[in-house]
Amino acid sequence: MAKLKYILSSFLLTVIYQLGNAQRFPAPEFESGHIPPKTQTIAPRGLGWEYLDVIVLFLALSIMTWFVLKKRSRKGIFWTSIFSIVYFGIIRVGCVCSVGSIGNVTLSLFQADYVIPVTVIAFFVLPLIFTLLFGRTFCAGVCFMGAVQDLVNIKPVSLPSWISKPLSAIPYIYLTLALLLAASGADFIICRYDPFIGFFRMNAPFGMLVFGAAILILGIFVGRPYCRFLCPYGVLLSWMSKISFWHTTITPTACIQCKLCDSSCPIDAIDKPVNMNTETDGKGRNRLISLIILLPLFIFLGGFLSSLLYKPLSTIHPTVKLAEEIKWETENNKKTESEESKTFHASGIQISQLFTDAGHVQTIFYAGTWLGGSLLGLFFGISLLRTSVVRRQTDYEPNRGNCVSCGKCYKYCPVQKQVAEVSPKTDGV
Amino acid sequence: MSENKIDTTKPTQPGKPIKRRDFLKNGLRAAAFLSIASITGYSLTKSMSDDLVWQIDPNKCVQCGRCATTCVLNISAVKCMHIYKMCGYCDLCGGYFKPQVKNLDTAAENQLCPTKALKRSFVETPYYQYDVDEELCNGCGKCVKGCGAFGNGSLHLQINHNVCKNCNQCAISKVCPADAIIRIPSKKGYLLKTGFQAPKS
Repeated sequence: MAKLKYILSSFLLTVIYQLGNAQRFPAPEFESGHIPPKTQTIAPRGLGWEYLDVIVLFLALSIMTWFVLKKRSRKGIFWTSIFSIVYFGIIRVGCVCSVGSIGNVTLSLFQADYVIPVTVIAFFVLPLIFTLLFGRTFCAGVCFMGAVQDLVNIKPVSLPSWISKPLSAIPYIYLTLALLLAASGADFIICRYDPFIGFFRMNAPFGMLVFGAAILILGIFVGRPYCRFLCPYGVLLSWMSKISFWHTTITPTACIQCKLCDSSCPIDAIDKPVNMNTETDGKGRNRLISLIILLPLFIFLGGFLSSLLYKPLSTIHPTVKLAEEIKWETENNKKTESEESKTFHASGIQISQLFTDAGHVQTIFYAGTWLGGSLLGLFFGISLLRTSVVRRQTDYEPNRGNCVSCGKCYKYCPVQKQVAEVSPKTDGV
Repeated sequence: MSENKIDTTKPTQPGKPIKRRDFLKNGLRAAAFLSIASITGYSLTKSMSDDLVWQIDPNKCVQCGRCATTCVLNISAVKCMHIYKMCGYCDLCGGYFKPQVKNLDTAAENQLCPTKALKRSFVETPYYQYDVDEELCNGCGKCVKGCGAFGNGSLHLQINHNVCKNCNQCAISKVCPADAIIRIPSKKGYLLKTGFQAPKS
């Protein structure tokens, strides 16, 4: 009976609306000559500003690179990073940033109807190119998130490698997840779970504020915890940095093996010299060969294990979430009374259509988890391979992948001091 | 990634592995440049010179009230906007008064708006003008619902770009049940209603 009433009333309403598609209450003609005011809207920030941001990013990268490679000035790096915090953080309130732009670029590659602003592409590409040329000078402080963590790191503590090595796998997983969720159009998780943005907006969900505060407090002791153990853009940058044309060095000329810089790096990114006289027995080579043979297995296992997660992961996507809800409704013959369900029933979209869409999204997740998991397996295999490879190194050198060119080691090098004394032009802070 | 490391295990002539390493490194550099260039090139084909801003499609909005609570700002950037030329200037305004009020006056208990952001002023018999105080409005959409149900739908929710921080990922867009929060070119800015549209069923 209630159903009949519902159908009847909705039918009646539709008829009334069809008839009365004109305004229900016509606009009055005022006798007193009252003129209705115009609706006031304030236009968004002008487009010129967006392009200015790109120019500022380019200049900041150039200046930072100059301070890192040419001037070798920690003071210069420090003030450039303060500038970045002020401009990109406080004035621009953080969006869009290079780290978050991964989401936009991925979405533009995979979703036909998403149009990406050129400025966002510039924010994504400029740091990558600079890093490929000069090392991670972007991380040094042009990235305001890195700059903030650099500022708070006043009591650096060295992390043992058994903590830092496994933790440094998290960015790879985070990046894979972020790419998958962005490609499927589910969410930009990098932006959503950005721990510092709340401080610049002076407003954030409580959980994110706690997370951000925790990272900052941890950052007092552990150098750049977000950069090292979370940042997905850092993964891309570390690849670029590993093969970069130029890179900063600890010493301006030749290393004198004084070991003074040994523990100067707040993020433990200094590679120590390796004793070259170690005899290489067959063991290492055998391990290497077996690891290479095992590599396809790692790839397969990574893909297989991740693909088991595709169903729960896909429920992050709103379409799949809604489809699950509607499925529950039809199975239990009940209504969940959630806004999503109500809106869906009012929209008049066929349930079968929804299920088809959700199925499509799930296929993307299935393929994505296989692909992403295989890549993770490959990276895992490669990192194991690296432990079995003889490293040839005679000097104290920054680790190309991990070093963020912050320049904190410069002042520990006695050669730098000497050079600074000889030529007063160089700022030997 | 791996190949430039593998060959180093073989003890070879001094000088020789460095050359091979450099060769591999240059190959990787070229590959990196190519991949950056191809990703950039492909996204450039789908790019536009304008910037994107978030906005509410008023025809999709169902006034669920989540805009008021989900925005990352304490007081939501979503505001009620009044299209005066669509308004009927009614005495009994479905957006202003709670249903079944006894007296059509500005007493607080009669008002639908929880923050008293909707102001009512007398124009001439029998017309009243309604204005939104954006400082007070929290974007809950109660008035929008009332206006759409009983009136012309001249009140509707929009994101005020003076307040909006234009987050790369709008928090409200993720919880909107109707997918009404969309990215639009910044030149357009707003999706204001232009005329009366019958709400769906």
